[in-house]
Order: sequence, then C-alpha cells, then structure tokens
Amino acid sequence: MHHTRRRFVASSGGLTVLSLAVSAGLIRPALAQTSGAWNKAAFETKTFADTAKALGAADVPAMSAQVTIGGPDIAENGAVVPVTIASALPKTEVIAVLVEKNPNALAAQFTIPQGTDPNVSVRIKMAQTSDVFGLVRADGKWYYAKKEVKVTLGGCGG
Amino acid sequence: MPDAMRIRANMQGEKVAVRVLMSHIMETGQRKDASGKIVSAWFIQNVVAKHNNRVVLDAQFGPAVSQNPLLAFTFAGGKPGEKVQVTWTDNRGESRSDEATIA
Repeated sequence: MHHTRRRFVASSGGLTVLSLAVSAGLIRPALAQTSGAWNKAAFETKTFADTAKALGAADVPAMSAQVTIGGPDIAENGAVVPVTIASALPKTEVIAVLVEKNPNALAAQFTIPQGTDPNVSVRIKMAQTSDVFGLVRADGKWYYAKKEVKVTLGGCGG
Repeated sequence: MPDAMRIRANMQGEKVAVRVLMSHIMETGQRKDASGKIVSAWFIQNVVAKHNNRVVLDAQFGPAVSQNPLLAFTFAGGKPGEKVQVTWTDNRGESRSDEATIA
C-alpha cells in the first residue's frame, strides 16, 4: 500500500515540476518565429558605428534622403518621445532606431516582412538632447538618416 | 499574468493600420530606488505581430523603449473580420499574447 502510493506521488511529481517550470517561465512554449534571439550585442553598443556593425552592417551606412524621421524638435518629456521612421527605399527589410547619446545607442529594431510598410512608430526614452538615427537595411545595404531632438527633461531615470 | 494589450487594427484604404499599446514597466536597469539600490532591468525584448499565422512585424526592443510601449505599423493583405495577434516576451521570460479583429 505504501509503496504504490510512493510510486504514484513520484510519477505525478515529475509532471508537476514540469508544469511549474513552464509557468515560471523557465521553459517557454515554442513561440511564433521571431527575427531570432534577442540581439544582445547590438543592444549593448554605444556608438552609431558600433551598433550598425553589431546589426550586421559590413560597411559604414550611407546617409539617404529616402529615410525619414518623424518626431518632435523638442521633446517635453525625455521618457516618452514618439518617433516614426519611414523608408522609401525598395526592399527595406530592417529598420532600427538609435539614440546616440543614450547609455546604449539601440532603442529598437524591426524586421519588416514583405507586405508590411517600411514605416514604424514607437515611443522611446532619451537621456538628453541627441541625434535620433533611423538605420535601415534595404536590399542588403545599410542607409541612415538622423534628426536632432532636443530634450528638456531626460528620460532614463536616476 | 501581465496586463492585456490594447490592439486596434483598422482598414486604411487597402491596408491595415495597427496600433498596439502594451502594458509594461520597461525598467532600464539604470534607475536607483529610494535606498540607492539599482532597480534591475525588466523590459520587453521581443514583439511579434501575426495575421492569419503570417508574421507581419517582428520587433526587438531594448530598455530605451518607453514604459507602456506604443507601437504602430501598417501591412497589406488583411480584410475586415480577420484577426491580428500580437505577442511580446520580456527579459524575465514572461509573455503576453492578445488579438484584435480588423475593423
């Protein structure tokens, strides 16, 4: 009697641990396909040039008037700065938003599948007045545009 | 269970304009609390939007994305009544998935 109960508890114990692990986020159920693992290296670089390299740009990106940045000239609140990056370049595959004077330059990057407009809007934090860069990969080549956004109240906390 | 996202998907001509408001603290890991201790980073890292099981946007966020991220984009091929699903995952492994019907 005792040994059957022990066996029963032991076998169900294994299942419980697994489901606990899943709900604790230790084992994630297979997610929708993504652009791959979070690009840690690209989120830890500090300069525009290093970030572009970490994102895969072999050469220095070229400035392009086909990449446009929408956003305020002066941000009232550096914690919430709305920016829009649009690319008129054909075959735009990646759009990245960089803030040069932030602790780390890369704020966000977007993979644009075919059928989606190469035009994304997002709200970012800016530590201080800085250039905001729209960095774009189109047909394998990298281009960028930049716009200075003045910040009166910095947005990284501290 | 993280708070729900608010997703709007509206036809704009032939395309679908999507706006997503996520609920997340997006802690940078730079801030100090009242006792001077660093508050550890906690932020959304991946966002995937799908329509009819096809990825229409794939984003990677860093801690410089604002609290309660607001994201907007437009894609072609959707029709009213169809669904757009958005899923985010953060650096602690938490995840949230919501969907909206294209209006």
